[in-house]
Amino acid sequence: MLLALLVGSAQAAVTDVTLDNGLRVIVQEDHRAPVMVSQVWYRAGSMDEFNGTTGVAHVLEHMMFRGTKDVPSGEFSKRIAAAGGRENAFTNRDHTAYFEQMQKDRLPLAMQLEADRMANLVIRDDLFAKEIQVVMEERRLRTDDQPQSVVYERLMATAYQDHPYRRPIIGWMDDLKHMTAQDARDWYARWYAPNNATLVVAGDVKADDVIALARRYFGPIPARPLPERKPQSEPAQIGEKRIAVKVPAKLPYLLMTWHAPVLRDWQQDTTPYALQILAGVLSGNDSARLQSALVKRRQIAVSTSAGYDAVSRGPGMFMVDATPAPGKSAAELEQAIRAELERVRHDGISEAELARVKAQVIASDVYQRDSLFYQAMQLGEYVTAGLPPAALEHRVDKLRKVTAAEVQAAARQWLQDDRLSVAVLDPQPMQAGAHPAAIPGARDVH
Amino acid sequence: MSIKAFCIALLLNLPLAAHAALAIQHWQTPQGARVIFVESHQLPILDISVDFAAGSARDPAGQAGLAQLTHTLLDQGAGGLSDTAIAHRLADVGAELGGTFDRDRAGVTLRTLVSAPERNVALDILARVLQQPDFQPAVMQREKQRLIAGIREAEADPGSVAEKAFYRAVYGDHPYAHDEAGEPAEIERLTRAGLQQFYRIHYGAPNAVISMIGDISRAEAEAIAARLASGLSRAPAVASLPQPVAAAAMERRIAFPSEQSHVLIGAVGVARTDPDFFPLFVGNYVLGGGGFDSRLMREVRDKRGYAYSAYSYFFPMGVAGPFQLGLQTRREQTDAALAVARDTVRRFIAEGPTEAELAQAKANLTGGFPLRIDSNKKILDYLAVIGFYRLPLDYLDTWVAKVDAVDVAAVKQAFARHIDPDRLVTVVVGASDAR
Repeated sequence: MLLALLVGSAQAAVTDVTLDNGLRVIVQEDHRAPVMVSQVWYRAGSMDEFNGTTGVAHVLEHMMFRGTKDVPSGEFSKRIAAAGGRENAFTNRDHTAYFEQMQKDRLPLAMQLEADRMANLVIRDDLFAKEIQVVMEERRLRTDDQPQSVVYERLMATAYQDHPYRRPIIGWMDDLKHMTAQDARDWYARWYAPNNATLVVAGDVKADDVIALARRYFGPIPARPLPERKPQSEPAQIGEKRIAVKVPAKLPYLLMTWHAPVLRDWQQDTTPYALQILAGVLSGNDSARLQSALVKRRQIAVSTSAGYDAVSRGPGMFMVDATPAPGKSAAELEQAIRAELERVRHDGISEAELARVKAQVIASDVYQRDSLFYQAMQLGEYVTAGLPPAALEHRVDKLRKVTAAEVQAAARQWLQDDRLSVAVLDPQPMQAGAHPAAIPGARDVH
Repeated sequence: MSIKAFCIALLLNLPLAAHAALAIQHWQTPQGARVIFVESHQLPILDISVDFAAGSARDPAGQAGLAQLTHTLLDQGAGGLSDTAIAHRLADVGAELGGTFDRDRAGVTLRTLVSAPERNVALDILARVLQQPDFQPAVMQREKQRLIAGIREAEADPGSVAEKAFYRAVYGDHPYAHDEAGEPAEIERLTRAGLQQFYRIHYGAPNAVISMIGDISRAEAEAIAARLASGLSRAPAVASLPQPVAAAAMERRIAFPSEQSHVLIGAVGVARTDPDFFPLFVGNYVLGGGGFDSRLMREVRDKRGYAYSAYSYFFPMGVAGPFQLGLQTRREQTDAALAVARDTVRRFIAEGPTEAELAQAKANLTGGFPLRIDSNKKILDYLAVIGFYRLPLDYLDTWVAKVDAVDVAAVKQAFARHIDPDRLVTVVVGASDAR
């Protein structure tokens, strides 16, 4: 294979140290441009929430820009902007992360501000009242008015029976309506401690300098006891689940999801690597099976894709989605997808397909080095999910070792109907005011 | 003053990091294609973008969607290879073929490893796709259906509905008015002959701009450019688009079954080459371009909690592109949010930014300049824009100085010349009281 020759150890060395207060510091040097990205990852996402206060991890993310004793509301962004930086944050199921992208010598400013809000956040009632309105608008924008997002949200709430992944990251609207500033304060007090955080810095920096700066700014923040994390295993699914989602829309849409394992022991596990290859065989570009069979050859779908994420704190899913072509029903499309999956289970994949997907994995590993931000993202995701940077370093080697037989075995074992949940979007007429009202609950007093 | 504020002051006084000027090389192939190239040996990859003045503004009357469909079909069968064969060959060498398409431009991008076996296969495919697209009838039929389905799907998205209505309202009869994707009824009627003709006229060498960055020498770049240009038609460069005429003030409300109203306010703005571009761009940072640092975000989001995002921008195009201000808010408070947005823009145009606001905008833009060119992908995007819009080759070298030269008076004058707050177009999608 040609590609094997040219890409040796693509990944540069990663420095990984833990300060006395438990803050983990990871540095990826990359000297291509005089810039850096700094990210602070908290191991607290929507999966750590409780019923009644869903969305609080994300709401706290918003409040982190609303001021400390020394840096009042709006000032954080203003100072980063004045230094030519860009800053933002994101909350996911497994984590909440904050980042700054700046010229390399402005790292101290980023660290100083992040350390300040790690320890000194002030959540004012009046600012909270404004910000929770913003979050509700965000929910309307990203979920309530997006038919496919509604399908995803409802299917997750169905496919997971017990695990907190069943709850939307942004939270249920009713929980947002009743959230208080104290809920956000509690969340902050519970999880925002150096011993629950990882600082990832990538760019034109020296690892020793970064660590010295981290000691200086974050070092004085004391470690705090973290709440015990109870195991939250999802009970095995023992039969297919199916939902219809009726919202105003123009086209039907189909989303199928199977429970699947994720990477836990990166050296011993093989299935997650096989499932990644399987996703590549099915989807990912125009040469993949779902696209070529369903969109091009049979013209049953106008679009389709498969997805699988091997890295997460909680239980995994293998997903397929598709939009039917005009005149085709979601049911016909589902049958066609099932037939494609049955072909993999029954006949396996060809050596040519396997080599093709590996070639793409290897090439994209080189391409990814063009983006500093993405390099830092990957490190943060791996580490927050409990995997060492070595797991990322050896990712490509592990994928290279996957055999066609392993891919077939993974498809057989995991893409079974008993583990499957299906959602079908049933488009309703687009009339103004057609959105269904929530059923009023007992505590809905306004 | 706290110690923290002192530290920040120090940081601001640091000299700008020495961002070595990008050595942009430029030449023409014998066929008349313009080439723009940066040699970069840090990663073993090559990025190419080939762009043509073949965007949706070139759709003939009654054939809205022709440009988009032509562009879509380029890599769906070419030079004796089927759509699947093209996809397989690219995947086999880990190459990524992509496309860019907007009202002005239709382009094809390629990212490949630079090693000879991979690069040769990838370039062979790129050449076929650019030079010999098949426009096979069955494939054309399929892609028509997909294009129409995409348009239908967008009809359920209030943001897309608003955007479409906005361009119609701002541009009236101008070719920028209609949506990039086209109109379903007109797409249905497109013919293969029509596509072939559109391709011959618009995808000629004199219309082509080839941008490249990567781990190759000048001589290799010349050979690649010559090969890509050699098989293109010699169709003369297409004429410029007509100048848009400013629309009269109007407000359009479209009923829609959404929780939120999508509000867009705007007018005809400026072209890429407009001398007022920098004062408008820098000034707009203060109004609504600076994210959390802008007046709109402060007034609409921070102070009142009306919206998740509120922004404004100038989108410079071949001829005057739009100035647009947007927000999304719960239906019941649409009018209140609209009033705040209008008031903010009116006050900004009347008074201009304060000295402090402008200093902050300039500090961010100049200090953040290195982030604009910190990857090959980002540089390639700039190269394509510089080449396509015939911006000066030192555009990136002078960028910081041009931002720095903007003062309050220049911002006020530029806004006064281009944006009349009494002649803004407003589109609201989601309001239940449609009028």
